[in-house]
Amino acid sequence: MQFGIFTVGDVTVDPTTGREPTEHERIKAMVAIALKAEEVGLDVFATGEHHNPPFVPSSPTTMLGYIAARTERLLLSTATTLITTNDPVKIAEDYAMLQHLSDGRVDLMMGRGNTGPVYPWFGKDIRAGIPLAIENYDLLHRLWREDVVDWKGKYRTPLQSFTSTPRPLDGVPPFVWHGSIRSPEIAEQAAYYGDGFFANHIFWPKEHTQRMIALYRQRYAHYGHGSADQAIVGLGGQVFMRRNSQDAVREFRPYFDNAPVYGHGPSLEEFTRETPLTVGSPQQVIDRTLGFREYVGDYQRQLFLMDHAGLPLKTVLEQLDLLGEEVVPVLRKEFAALRPAHVPAAPTHASLVVAAGGATDSTVHAVDDVTGKAPEGATR
Amino acid sequence: MTRRTLAVVSAGLSQPSSTRLLADQLAAATRDELVRRGSEVELHVVDLREYAHDVVNNMLTGFAPAALREVIDTVTGADGLIAVTPIFSASYNGLFKSFFDVLDSESMVDRPVLIGATGGTARHSLALEHAVRPMFAYLRSVVVPTAVFAAPEDWSDGTADGALRARIRRAAGELADQIERRPPATGPADPFALTTDFLQMLGRGDGEAVS
Repeated sequence: MQFGIFTVGDVTVDPTTGREPTEHERIKAMVAIALKAEEVGLDVFATGEHHNPPFVPSSPTTMLGYIAARTERLLLSTATTLITTNDPVKIAEDYAMLQHLSDGRVDLMMGRGNTGPVYPWFGKDIRAGIPLAIENYDLLHRLWREDVVDWKGKYRTPLQSFTSTPRPLDGVPPFVWHGSIRSPEIAEQAAYYGDGFFANHIFWPKEHTQRMIALYRQRYAHYGHGSADQAIVGLGGQVFMRRNSQDAVREFRPYFDNAPVYGHGPSLEEFTRETPLTVGSPQQVIDRTLGFREYVGDYQRQLFLMDHAGLPLKTVLEQLDLLGEEVVPVLRKEFAALRPAHVPAAPTHASLVVAAGGATDSTVHAVDDVTGKAPEGATR
Repeated sequence: MTRRTLAVVSAGLSQPSSTRLLADQLAAATRDELVRRGSEVELHVVDLREYAHDVVNNMLTGFAPAALREVIDTVTGADGLIAVTPIFSASYNGLFKSFFDVLDSESMVDRPVLIGATGGTARHSLALEHAVRPMFAYLRSVVVPTAVFAAPEDWSDGTADGALRARIRRAAGELADQIERRPPATGPADPFALTTDFLQMLGRGDGEAVS
């Protein structure tokens, strides 16, 4: 099982000091957090993508490429990549490039984005969110698997004899997760392709997650990718820890009370009861997290949200120390002991290469000037 | 014997509340009418006051806390709704509107609804027609023609005696008519149900039935 963190990349005032970090500080803090994730033994760092203040990560592959250069093992991912407003051609190119630079340490999570005004900035309409996600991903899926693509759709200019470069590393496209909180259509999409499904699992009651995962598993089996319990499931989670649980509650409360998402609404106690948020000791986090398995089954990836709502970098790094040193080693052991042998681990580049029967160089070497097609013999 | 559920929502804020009193009378009259016609009736009365914080939290977080979720499922899964609000500043009160704001906009389609209101003076009575009825029109509910407004004089033994009672009876009869025209409700819609399959979404063929 993989453990990691995902970040929204918000610039938020620290409610305890009134200080708001600059964009530059926040961007550097995100990098420091990613490096720390590797240092404390986590597997995954995933960044959000946003195109409006107060968020900074508008250019995920730039940031992930930089982190890739400064890490050795960390898997770089997204939470989420906007499959609605980004051009699927550019996603194919950018993430294939990142895949080469990071030697395969990359996967992606597709999401629609729920901020209405963002869509028209990119020439799109939020009311077509689902159809955009379906059509764009179908094109992206082909661009990584077919050297030469002829394509015509509703939301993008047609492609004739188009080759997306670079071709995926070793002939194996990055693994893809699809994230959605409450759209059954996206669970269906993930199931159809045999891709992973990620339930955000923060900010909302666990019942949403339970229902979506159950649907995804059922449809995954329906489309013949394996049994329902072999579907590839990821969950989010949100925690704040101190050795003494009272200290955790006292320290986190002002950040909770003023958080952009749920601040000035329910109490910390109500929200902890109604959603998977856990504020307490490392042991409480371990117990609660192990409990997730009881309503979604054995799953492959657990990401935690650690750095939002204005928490200072120093605090976040302390949280990562606790997560990496005290929580994740126990979770790794416990989850592994519970997982039946026929339930697969989360796909990695290495496992996908093995599944594909070995690495192939998929470089497209030449293009015929007249037909625009690559000669058969030159594609390998 | 047909089994029917009737949800009653009162947005009265004081206790005791004349809004709740009107809601109870409308509920009893409707129940009696349905029973007289041979149905078995289950009444669910909701005082929104008890869920006021949850309603606001729902607006802020995007999800209903468990207790409110139960109420929403009851209201959206009932055969008929009686909705009663006090008139504040020439319209429904904020609590009444906020509750209907957090419902899924599709969840009350074709639902028989009887609307009622209370106010400090009979001059507020048309708020039912210019505020409450249009809100349910937006939700595409079926609001019965008779809306019931109760002013202070309606509760006393004055000249209006009997008029309110007759109006309640007429409205209850209309609501019972609408309920009886429909098959028994099957409970709230499942927001996580898959209603299409992938090939249909992709626009390739008709897809297949989803189990």
